[in-house]
Amino acid sequence: MAEILVLVEQVDGEIKKVTLELLTLARSLGEPSAVWAGPGYTDVAKARLSEYGAEKIYVADSADIADHLVAPKAELLASLVGSRSPAAVLIASTTEGKEVAGRLAIKTDSGVITDAVGVAEGFVAEQPVFGGGVVVHSKVAKGTPIIALRPNSTQPVATAGAGTEEKVDVALSDAARGARVVERVKEKTSSRPELTEAAIVVSGGRGVGADFSIIEQLADSLGAAVGASRAVTDSGWYPHEFQVGQTGKTVAPQLYIAAGISGAIQHRAGMQTAKTIVVINKDGQAPIWEIADFGVVGDLHKVLPQLIDEITKRK
Amino acid sequence: MNIVVCVKQVPDTATERKLRSDDNTIDRSANGVINELCEYAVEDALKLKEAYGGEVTVLTMGPDQATDAIRKALAMGADKAVHLSDEALHGSDALSTSYALSQALKKIGFDVVILGSESTDARTGMLAAMLAERLGVPQLTLASKIEVAGSAISIHRQTDYGYDKVEATLPAVVSVVEKPDPFKPRYPSFKGIMAAKKKPIEKIGIADAEIDPAQIGLAAAWSVVADFTPAPPRGKGVVVNDEGDGGTKAAEFLVSKKFI
Repeated sequence: MAEILVLVEQVDGEIKKVTLELLTLARSLGEPSAVWAGPGYTDVAKARLSEYGAEKIYVADSADIADHLVAPKAELLASLVGSRSPAAVLIASTTEGKEVAGRLAIKTDSGVITDAVGVAEGFVAEQPVFGGGVVVHSKVAKGTPIIALRPNSTQPVATAGAGTEEKVDVALSDAARGARVVERVKEKTSSRPELTEAAIVVSGGRGVGADFSIIEQLADSLGAAVGASRAVTDSGWYPHEFQVGQTGKTVAPQLYIAAGISGAIQHRAGMQTAKTIVVINKDGQAPIWEIADFGVVGDLHKVLPQLIDEITKRK
Repeated sequence: MNIVVCVKQVPDTATERKLRSDDNTIDRSANGVINELCEYAVEDALKLKEAYGGEVTVLTMGPDQATDAIRKALAMGADKAVHLSDEALHGSDALSTSYALSQALKKIGFDVVILGSESTDARTGMLAAMLAERLGVPQLTLASKIEVAGSAISIHRQTDYGYDKVEATLPAVVSVVEKPDPFKPRYPSFKGIMAAKKKPIEKIGIADAEIDPAQIGLAAAWSVVADFTPAPPRGKGVVVNDEGDGGTKAAEFLVSKKFI
């Protein structure tokens, strides 16, 4: 079976869920090989990747890779594409993943598709475009298909793979060392899931006001991530990295709760492919209702505390 | 400092956006506006000029009507513009676009290239990284803050946990993210709009930038759209008015869907 390279997305050695999704998808297309880039590789990581079907694990764990932005990962993948001739490369469609994909495409003279939510036989990728209004099927016409897939595109399913390790030494070029990461600043330390990966997202808009604690409480009661509309991040009420929308993050969770969000196209473009959408808004005419599966017309400051109580009671 | 800011004209997100049925490319015939994040790029370019001196050149690639995006950038305060426009560029994908722009950038010359991190039409978010790759210069992307000291440049790269501080030596490619007040793009003044009409816009074609026709356009595309369909409409939802039990009703819905 054809080899499919999967770039492992990890933070400090902890493998992100999207990687397990990519391995699951890769199994339907060929034989998955995980590519580990950067320090933090352990037996725990090996076990996890094998559990989800990695037949091979290429390990390039030099600190140099993580200490320079994006380019080293593209060089590592390009060298593997050159030496192993995989049938395709799958990468998470995160901000960084897409940058790696773009550079890899140039290095290998290959076509690249981003924001895919599925890949069918023949590497035909499905992409929602224009904020989810149109569904496109795309295909790579030259080189090795490089496909970046959005988190939550598929459910990870465990099926054991051999997980045979292979050390990879990369001699990074000077060009790949151009941008040095000198410090990582962790501003928010919360135990909440990452926004684009979360199965549940609770988002607040202008109607919430500057105090976002009610949104955070609801999120925590559901084990959800917190999101915000642009009105909120523009006002500085909540940091921009939590913005869901056209100029922020795109999310596709199982459940999206929009509280006090009117639902301008700017916002809907970032969330309307969510499986289930619940709306709490006092304006019954707001555009967000067009995409609601369930909603309460009312004051969120009354509805949400009651909802949180009910959730806590039923746990 | 020689600052080049790349801007893109995109279909207005407030209108219905379409793909063309003849060749599956984005319909750019109507309601073009400057891409929102490009305005942030222009603002950051102007701030760099104000702090360190130099000149801001606007570069755009697109059909003739893309002049609107250029005028907006000039009205905000950019000094001059280069408009890469050529029939042969129609249908170019991200690989072709990055190639064509990198050729134009080599011709213009730069200390720093600034872009918005993503466009609202294709939303690939790859262009800045691809330009850095093609030009062989450092990639400083997703910047929420830019600082320059001599030939050293550093940015705060927005991450899920906060930011990374990233350093490099000029020349470099920088992409920027949206920022809250007081860092929002300035509005063009009346004086700025009038002055923009007199600023030079140099139109160039592919030959001027030594762009190989075999590497651009629909025929050269590394990826193609096979087909497209409108997304299926969402089913009609259930809406209740809060009569003191809205939270309970919402909880019942979440239970019925097994989220609780």
